[in-house]
Amino acid sequence: MANSKSRVSSGANALLNWFDDRLPVSKFWKATMTGYIAPKNFNFWYYLGSLALLVLVIQIFSGILLAMHYKPSATEAFASVEYIMRDVEWGWLIRYMHTTGASFFFIVIYLHMFRSLLYGSHKAPRELLWVFGMFIYVALMAEAFLGYILPWGQMSYWGAQVIINLFGALPGIGEPLTQWIRGDYFISDATLNRFFALHVIAVPLALFGLILLHLVALRENGSNNPDGIDIKKNKDADGNPVDGIPFHPYYTIKDIFGVGFFLILFSFILFFWPEAGGLFLEHDNFIPADPLVTPEHIKPVWYFTPFYAILKAVPDKLLGVLTMGASVGVLFLLPWLDRSPVRSIRYKGLWYKILLGLFTIAFIRLGLLGMAEGTPAQTWEMRFWTLVYFMFFVLLFFISPKAKTKPEPDRVTH
Amino acid sequence: MNKFATYLFSAFLLLPAASFSVFAAGGGALEHSGVNVNDTASLQRGAKWYVNYCLSCHTISYMRYNRLAEDLDLSEDMVMQNLVFSNAKFGETMDIAMDPEQAKKWFGKTPPDLSLIGRSRGADWLYAYLRGFYQDETGGWNNTHLPNASMPHVLWRLQGIQTPMYRQETDEAGYTHEVIDHFVVTTPGTQSAEEFDRTARDIAAFLTYAGEPAQLKRKGIGIWVVIFLAFFTFIAYLLKAEYWRDVH
Repeated sequence: MANSKSRVSSGANALLNWFDDRLPVSKFWKATMTGYIAPKNFNFWYYLGSLALLVLVIQIFSGILLAMHYKPSATEAFASVEYIMRDVEWGWLIRYMHTTGASFFFIVIYLHMFRSLLYGSHKAPRELLWVFGMFIYVALMAEAFLGYILPWGQMSYWGAQVIINLFGALPGIGEPLTQWIRGDYFISDATLNRFFALHVIAVPLALFGLILLHLVALRENGSNNPDGIDIKKNKDADGNPVDGIPFHPYYTIKDIFGVGFFLILFSFILFFWPEAGGLFLEHDNFIPADPLVTPEHIKPVWYFTPFYAILKAVPDKLLGVLTMGASVGVLFLLPWLDRSPVRSIRYKGLWYKILLGLFTIAFIRLGLLGMAEGTPAQTWEMRFWTLVYFMFFVLLFFISPKAKTKPEPDRVTH
Repeated sequence: MNKFATYLFSAFLLLPAASFSVFAAGGGALEHSGVNVNDTASLQRGAKWYVNYCLSCHTISYMRYNRLAEDLDLSEDMVMQNLVFSNAKFGETMDIAMDPEQAKKWFGKTPPDLSLIGRSRGADWLYAYLRGFYQDETGGWNNTHLPNASMPHVLWRLQGIQTPMYRQETDEAGYTHEVIDHFVVTTPGTQSAEEFDRTARDIAAFLTYAGEPAQLKRKGIGIWVVIFLAFFTFIAYLLKAEYWRDVH
């Protein structure tokens, strides 16, 4: 027995050696997994990176299956989605995986970004890591917007109408630009067809490239941690960080637990509440697109509503578009706006807790207001929270270099 | 200090709950319909009412008769004899021969396909709409939940004719309006009020089912998926705890 077992393992070794001589398999595995040392004090917030990757896989997998049955044509799109829901074997499961996945992608990404605000993961030397992450976020917003038009329901059509018309606010080039985007004088079959192409090929390709850069940049400097201190400063006799553990097997195993927990939440929505009360699948989108009938209340899906509220808060259309652009753009600058000598919220001081708390409330509140019908009182509230949103960055810039910080520990804490 | 952080955090958790006041403003609340799509008998009755009273104008173009039979525990013969009045085959969808252009001439608007009305409007709205028909001053049909609807009250023989009793109401700006207070049945129908409520509920249930036939199956599958995942996660947790024993 023992003999045959060792023969098998030596056979496997020979095969691996054969590959290693031709492709850096073992070298790559060691560099990125077993030899990659991560801080040992990761908490809940550190599951989100691997979960974002999981949702990406879910979206690619379900998206490929959907594309096998979906028809990107203005006359057939809506019916083909219902065909998937009713006549394709397990079609409803494939579609709900994709729709639930879209919303969960944003939940995961928003929490992932919030982690950085908590522990200062964007600060030097990880500025590029953050910037690549922001590009991923913008690409993801584009991907979600393009995908939302595909079911060709009323909200697909009119939501796209509103968003594309935003480009029309740009002086001079606005009108020709919107026409160039649509490929027609109005949103039509041509628009749907090109959005499909962008959704299934162009943007995912860009996403892959950006995610690769994001991961390479992460491996270069290693992960930050909840204490925001550098674990490489404390090394043992062998030169290994005392507060570090190999990513594999420690975090790969831990992330499997995270995946299981995440999939339970995911399945609860998918199987028991796929519309999420009209948040993940909007009621009006079950009405086929009709260019002649404008819905009473046009609003984007929940993950865009904070920015939609900022757009609506500004009375002038061009200024509104620019303000909305700035609300995303300012996030790119975060590594240079946060001038605090320490990274983590644990040692930045009370001022940062208050600022971040207000910023979080502003973001959530703007999201809720962005879904509402828009009474004058709500418009004023949107303006207030828009101000709070931007003040976070302004105050961060001015307070962070001067504020008194608490002493950072030498070793990581749990 | 920490107390303050806790306070801030709990305020942040409470915020979404307080925020739903944003939505409370628009539209009157709908009465709960009591629709239960797992009540097969209710779906069967709803299907029967639907093909007898609604299908002559409103198609359900995405619903196949054979799917209906499978989901509603009906045999092919039962469906073909009781639910199919056209020359449709068992595997075909619930379509009609009415010409949309003609229909537009008759009703002012082509009666919409109702495949997804259960998803766009919801069961409670359908229930309220079916019970909301009344005869207004002009002698024509009107509806509380879709004012000036072009659809006549096709179920009037069942429900009877109800006429509205008005009351005066003063709005915020100080203007008084006449609003419908309640209905009085002036011509009784073949069903009692309770029986008609059940009829409306059955039709709403059928349309809710027709909006997403998969809903009958997905919850049953979902339970097993979640049980499996809970087991998987538990094992993964034990594995993690074992691997992490030497990390302090």
